[in-house]
Amino acid sequence: MKQKLFKTAMLGTVAGITMMTTAIAAECIAPANPGGGWDFTCRQIGKIMYDIGAVDKPVQVTNMPGAGGGLAYGNVVNERNDDSDLIIAASSATTTRLAQNAYAGMTADQVRFVGAIGVDPGVIAVAANSPIKTLGDMVDAIKAEPGSVAFAGGSAVGGFDHLKPLMILKEGGFTDITKVKYIGVDGGADAITQTVGGFTQAMTGDMSEVVSFLANGDIRVIAVLTEERVPGFDKIPTAKEQGFNVVAGNWRGLYVPKGISDAKFDEWAGKLQKVADSDAWKKAMADNGLAPFTKVGGDFQSYVDGLVTDIAAMSKELGVTK
Amino acid sequence: MDILANLAIGFGVALSPYTLFLAVCGCFLGTIIGALPGLGPSNGVAILIPITFTLGLDATSALVLMTSVYYGAMYGGRISSILLNIPGDEPALMTTLDGYPMAKQGRAGDALVLSGVASFVGAFLATIGLMLLAPTLARVAFLFGPAEYFALYLLAFCTLGGMASNNQAKAALAACIGLGIAMIGVDSSSGLPRMTGGSLHLYDGVDFLVAIVGLFAIAELFFFIESHGKGSSIGVILDKVKIPWKEIFSTRWTMLRASGVGFIAGILPGAGASLGSFLAYMTEKSIAGEKGGFGTGVAKGVVAPEAGNNAAAGGALVPMLTLGVPGSGTTAVLLALLMTLNITPGPTLFTERPEVVWGLIASLLIANVVLLLMNVPMVKIFVRVLTVPAWILLPGVTMVSFVGIYSLTGSYFDLLMMVGFGILGYFLRKLDVPTVPVILGILLGGNMEDALRRAMTLSDGDVTYLFSSPISIGLWVAAIAGFVAPMFLRSILKKPQAVTD
Repeated sequence: MKQKLFKTAMLGTVAGITMMTTAIAAECIAPANPGGGWDFTCRQIGKIMYDIGAVDKPVQVTNMPGAGGGLAYGNVVNERNDDSDLIIAASSATTTRLAQNAYAGMTADQVRFVGAIGVDPGVIAVAANSPIKTLGDMVDAIKAEPGSVAFAGGSAVGGFDHLKPLMILKEGGFTDITKVKYIGVDGGADAITQTVGGFTQAMTGDMSEVVSFLANGDIRVIAVLTEERVPGFDKIPTAKEQGFNVVAGNWRGLYVPKGISDAKFDEWAGKLQKVADSDAWKKAMADNGLAPFTKVGGDFQSYVDGLVTDIAAMSKELGVTK
Repeated sequence: MDILANLAIGFGVALSPYTLFLAVCGCFLGTIIGALPGLGPSNGVAILIPITFTLGLDATSALVLMTSVYYGAMYGGRISSILLNIPGDEPALMTTLDGYPMAKQGRAGDALVLSGVASFVGAFLATIGLMLLAPTLARVAFLFGPAEYFALYLLAFCTLGGMASNNQAKAALAACIGLGIAMIGVDSSSGLPRMTGGSLHLYDGVDFLVAIVGLFAIAELFFFIESHGKGSSIGVILDKVKIPWKEIFSTRWTMLRASGVGFIAGILPGAGASLGSFLAYMTEKSIAGEKGGFGTGVAKGVVAPEAGNNAAAGGALVPMLTLGVPGSGTTAVLLALLMTLNITPGPTLFTERPEVVWGLIASLLIANVVLLLMNVPMVKIFVRVLTVPAWILLPGVTMVSFVGIYSLTGSYFDLLMMVGFGILGYFLRKLDVPTVPVILGILLGGNMEDALRRAMTLSDGDVTYLFSSPISIGLWVAAIAGFVAPMFLRSILKKPQAVTD
């Protein structure tokens, strides 16, 4: 509480009014620095919630970077477990790290996952002049000479971007995954510049990261990791239709503290559903390369549980975690 | 001409009374934010973003406001560097080296005017550069792979020895402390935490803002307490502000060169304004030689880093707008703002949303003129903020430091760490070990290590990969020359003066 009042004052908003009335502006924690996906989630969802009247004050966005979201997770679990005015941005990275025990022992059941309202499909891209045309070419090249295709991605080694090509290779029958070269750089755009510059041969990342590079023809996306081709990007084949049954996307959603009441949880789920149904969100998704993917409430919790189990099993199998 | 026509569109968007008013507000706020130690441009812009939503600003107005704050903060950072010897933000670090000695000689006004003019020149040239060359320059980023980045950072460190001290060994020791601190955190090449002691707070390493504020502001506080307020560096008196035309004229080439160096450094993703001001200062120092008296309070030493960091601020916009890769922390925040406004920066932005790009460029030009007016004739207003008596100012600085650092992560852990750095800074200064290399180590060490690790991953540990391109070879040669040359020159030339107290 003290923390919230402090921040309210810091932001120069009307602290006096906050204390006089009972209505407190909701806060959205983006567990990363401004500019990334979590920040986008908080700012877009917060803005739309206010615009469509789901909340009566603008949602305040707090950036709490640290430990790949672990710091914010720990803060929510340990210090703000019953704060019902708090939402936190989450994505596949959250569940990946929880599954790989990268949050210092904290587990997925220590918070409640409200829902996901969009997915950023995974992609594999190469430079426009690359001899690699299909996923098949890529897998063959790696089978012939594992070091010949180096990947660049926005996550650290063992992160979700690293797992994507490994999942494809595993599907293609290549199992010596420690031989595959991967460098983690500062975000998808950086990974693309390294790939276009010829320092790495392929980029692994999300659709949103490649959208602006597609139009000017520097890169070619050889596969999108979704069930169906993504609307608006119909020319990009899925991995599935190329014979690699890999579906991996970075969903965008929220979690809330564990200790809030069921009524409050349902209220947040309802608000999130309203955002998902809004035209503003549909436009934001289209502009940022997100594909529709709405799972809200209890349905989503079971989806998250499934994800955590799957990734934990896979990471162990791939040798990324013990 | 295309550019003129485009610029006309831009000014058409940016030149309305309302946007002009926003530009003035933004510049004023930005300068204050920059001047206050601890509150740098990136948290300044981040804090103000919610205001653009509550005011219901459209895309252009929001951009005008935020870029004015951004440029304003780059101007403002120098004020506390010069008057308090505490950099207002990280790029203003180098300005302390000559700015503060100059202020101590009673020439604070000259230093402020000179640096203001230099800031204007740097920012103005960078904006022109952005306008003319952005689409072409964006390609430069494609030439820099891990090997080239490593060589670039190596160059920065090799020229570091003897920079802030007359004792090379102490400067090297300080740099090593910084590099050591930079190793704390999750190692991005293996994903495993190093030297974190199991604490989640250390997983992302030590934030350099925490280190800067601790080493400068909090250490200053300890000195203040020790001396009971006497003999502290706080409280440089500013008399009359005159415009030193002669010095402005005599430093014109320095301004131009520093702007060029800064602009290039700004374009490189991840290098940012700090490297820009650092390289600009080192270039000028080596051109001037030992006779130049860098570090003792010379005009060129004030002009170079300021032109450099403001040019880098403009340069950093190039990769952000054209590639969507932010060149600095603040441009990362601006990138977030653009995305929230449903504008996706990238290679197609210049053709698809010309009104946004050119509106932004026009507003940068406007902000720059407003800032020159604000920072030269009206500099006294800002100085008044900082020239209140030390017993009022210092608690204020301390409060702002704590608030600023707390706002970074919202965790008290950083506050404790900041105090820890304050204690470290106190002892380092007692031992006459310069603190600037410590911060540069923290600032650049992680990037340098990442670049090396990536290079080694790609080449299967083949060391020759580091010398595999003309660019990297050129940088290596410069780095080795920068490291070796001073050793031979030292015996011939007089030792530089210490700038540490």
